[in-house]
Amino acid sequence: MDASPGIQEPFDLIRLSLSERVFVKLRGDRELTGILHAYDGHMNLILSDVEETIMIVDAQDGASSAQGVVNVAKRKLEMLFVRGDGVILVSPPSRT
Amino acid sequence: MLIFSVFKTLTDQRVTVELKNDLSITGTLKSVDQFLNIRLDAIEVLDQARHPHMMAVKNCFIRGSVVRYVQLPSEHVDTQLLEDATRREAANSNKQR
Repeated sequence: MDASPGIQEPFDLIRLSLSERVFVKLRGDRELTGILHAYDGHMNLILSDVEETIMIVDAQDGASSAQGVVNVAKRKLEMLFVRGDGVILVSPPSRT
Repeated sequence: MLIFSVFKTLTDQRVTVELKNDLSITGTLKSVDQFLNIRLDAIEVLDQARHPHMMAVKNCFIRGSVVRYVQLPSEHVDTQLLEDATRREAANSNKQR
């Protein structure tokens, strides 16, 4: 493969985010931000200084199905392993 | 393989495993395998009231595929080492193709 730096495949984007704060969207209306320390081909991740945001949508009585109250729960975790099968996307938030 | 090695270095530490059914179990990590199946001893369930059927369980084997998160003891994780190992593994997997 060409030795030129930069991005040749999608995983390179994640590799260049190592030791940076990343945004991770997960199944089940969950989002994380944390500093990325490790990943593998399954997109298993190890993050530190993590903030998790869980979106809980409560359907309102009598309202149409599109409406509902969104409750947001947040919590902080020091060091977290995230299993890859729950990951939807990984993005370096500062560059968006 | 990398993450498997990380878990191997954390054996005999206390970890909290959060499952996809929202059950959180804290226990001593006794062993782990290539599928990231996990064996925990001396377990405590976070929300006892919501999971009374878990009260009598003292140790367990968790199938890797039902795990959502594992909270690790940060003082036992060398983040610099992890990043170097990750870059090395990424470089190796690129070479193989």
